[in-house]
Amino acid sequence: MNTTAKKDRSMEIQKAMLARHYKRLAEADKTGDKCAYTFVPGNLTELMHVFDLLPVLPEINALQSAMRKKSAAYISTAEKGGHSEDVCTYVKCDLGMSRSGNLGPTGDPLPKPSILLLSYTGCFTFMKWFEILQREYDCPIVMLHVPYQADGRPTPEMRQYIVKQLEKKVIPALEEASGKPFDIDKLSDLLRLSARAEEDFVQVLDSAKHRPSPIDAYFGGVYYISPIFTAFRGTESAIEYYEALREEVEERVRQGQGPITPEGELIEEKYRVVVEGPPNWTHFRDLWKMFYDEGAVVVASTYTKVGGLYDQGFRHDPSHPLESLADYCLGCYTNLNLPSRVDLISKYVKDFDADGFLINSVKSCNSFSAGQLLILKEVEKRTGRAGGFFESDLVDPRYFSAANIKNRLESYFQMIEQKRSAAQPAAGDAS
Amino acid sequence: MMTTNTGRSLEDILEFAETLYHDAALSSVRDWKKTHPGRIAVGSMPVWAPRELIHAAGGLPVSVMGGGDDVEIIKGDAYFQSYICHIPRSTIEMGLNGSLDVLDGMIFPSICDVIRNLSGMWKLLFPEKPAWYLDMPQSFDEIGRSFFRGELLRIGKEMGELAGHEITAEALKESIAVFDRNRALLERLQEHRLNRPWMFPISEVWSVIKAGGFIPIEEHNDLIEEYIAAAEASGRPPIDNARVILVGSFCERPPLNLLRTLERSGCYVVDDDLSLGFRLIRGSVGAEGDPYQALADAFVERSREAAFLYREGEKGKELVARARAAHAEGVLFCAPSFCDPALLDQPMLVEAVEKAGLPWTAFKYAENTGQFQVIREQAGTFADSIKLWSVA
Repeated sequence: MNTTAKKDRSMEIQKAMLARHYKRLAEADKTGDKCAYTFVPGNLTELMHVFDLLPVLPEINALQSAMRKKSAAYISTAEKGGHSEDVCTYVKCDLGMSRSGNLGPTGDPLPKPSILLLSYTGCFTFMKWFEILQREYDCPIVMLHVPYQADGRPTPEMRQYIVKQLEKKVIPALEEASGKPFDIDKLSDLLRLSARAEEDFVQVLDSAKHRPSPIDAYFGGVYYISPIFTAFRGTESAIEYYEALREEVEERVRQGQGPITPEGELIEEKYRVVVEGPPNWTHFRDLWKMFYDEGAVVVASTYTKVGGLYDQGFRHDPSHPLESLADYCLGCYTNLNLPSRVDLISKYVKDFDADGFLINSVKSCNSFSAGQLLILKEVEKRTGRAGGFFESDLVDPRYFSAANIKNRLESYFQMIEQKRSAAQPAAGDAS
Repeated sequence: MMTTNTGRSLEDILEFAETLYHDAALSSVRDWKKTHPGRIAVGSMPVWAPRELIHAAGGLPVSVMGGGDDVEIIKGDAYFQSYICHIPRSTIEMGLNGSLDVLDGMIFPSICDVIRNLSGMWKLLFPEKPAWYLDMPQSFDEIGRSFFRGELLRIGKEMGELAGHEITAEALKESIAVFDRNRALLERLQEHRLNRPWMFPISEVWSVIKAGGFIPIEEHNDLIEEYIAAAEASGRPPIDNARVILVGSFCERPPLNLLRTLERSGCYVVDDDLSLGFRLIRGSVGAEGDPYQALADAFVERSREAAFLYREGEKGKELVARARAAHAEGVLFCAPSFCDPALLDQPMLVEAVEKAGLPWTAFKYAENTGQFQVIREQAGTFADSIKLWSVA
């Protein structure tokens, strides 16, 4: 295994952004900076920036704990505290972390929340999670209820419901927590910056339509979504990052290069696949290597849409700031109904000319997982392309079986190979 | 044998209720449709749905509560991973094997990610039947009331189209009145149960309540009255059981034999959330003014504490208050495996009951659990410990 990963300029920019953010969090108690804990889907980052609240995202804490091999101990702490082995391991990992000093990825303690901003978008567990955290931190909490797109489209009533909650509940609560007044012009300015970064981000995702794809839109995609899904939307540094990333990706397209992976550049793109479901974080690099070893590139993924479906045309709109935030929340992938998810995955398979699609079904996330076996059947039926299925978990290493997953993946790619052979005329066939 | 003024004995009533309980093929609904041609039957998943709307459309509200231990899962398991709870697989099974084909539509309330996604699966698998997702508000104020009225109005309009006629305000008010009577009778049944639990065992009470999901509400009202009268007249003697509350079973329900096991192990279950959906709204909805607004207001202002509803800072308060009101000596946390709302709630509720000094124990089940010996031993030990040492 190649252990020295090649660093592009965009990677360095992102690294510096994250370092600055975590430094501010680590020093928040001294500087008086306040922070809001919130979730990735439906995050209201620009709104938090209006109040100078630093975002902290518990899902990100959990996945980073898993990547640093600390999640098993944290989950164990939560289970010893009475939490069931059946429930979401993000919750248990985060709870265990908070009960073990609440150390962030830099090793410094994260500040306690000034407020919990419960953006309830596409995941019921979020609601329980913050009920639990509220008892841990004994801090203010405000909930934004985002209706589900059950019929495949948002309605004006849904939008109005969200806007009213923002006006009457969320904004006053953030004013109270931050001690700062709401400024709608500032929000508009931040949304304008968001839209610029979103434009470049979409170009990066779309680049995977090239052959070979210059990016991996799942494993690599996790890094590409990081700034826009977390604390940096509405910032100049996000614009700088996505401009740099786009330039690099466009250069890779010009050079006909494949994606950069931890193992080095993927030289031969043998398989193009779409992936549905979140990654496994405890063995993130191992799983990526399994794809790399097969010459498989993920050309589109649904996980990279949990923080917004920018690739389907959504952009934050500074001329209608609150309505735009409402539309954003409504449109996150986890808030789409199953038929819409089938439509989207099928569209990806066709638009990105994929050989097939794979579902990583994670035990922890019913929001993603319930119904995925039907998604598998439906997408296969609609696209005629091969579907594959394997199971893991988000952050609980007990549920990662490398041998099983590797077997599944090898069988899946053999199946694609067989389909290709069957589709080609046999050697010596006169026709 | 004691009989009621309608001539049915307690045994007859219970046999009737239990037959409905195990009627996974919905024979009673089929019979109703035969005798009411052209009218609709609409199913609803747990926990709560505005059954008044179906009734006002001239339809039969039907509770789809999974297959329990009466449905063999042949196809349903192919749709769900091993870590998903059991109720969606038995519901899909019943959908695919034709048991639910008598239903003209289904309502999926917003209680968890699994039932939510099941609504989308229903749209894909049974596209010819309407599948309504009922988004219950999590904003318990004027904003939530306004949103929820809109939700109810939307479903009411489409329900009327399905039935072939508009739901009028008058019809909806009449339906609310019938269901208000049902709510009042269920409260009366609860009072009897609290006062004399030896006459109202949980296995019977739940059978009688659940029957309301398969027969017209007017008949259910009669059934409850008959049951109360017959059970009161049964002359069953009290025994030295522990008074407990059952928590966590509001969606996927335990098999009836599990409830009997609890009774045999020495527990009087004096309150539970098995029937939460039937009793979610406290008191009456009322039929004054705009009936859609009345339903929305009742939900927002008077719904009980539930794992799927977000009410800041109130977790466990109502449970402790219920336990006190019921003179409960302990709490049985009895949740289905893989039920996120119940199991994520549990540690918070445990904290609340511990603070209140109430003993508790916890176990899990699935709707088709068949082995009860371990639960019997656990519940029996719990009941014994209450009797021997508890000061609650």
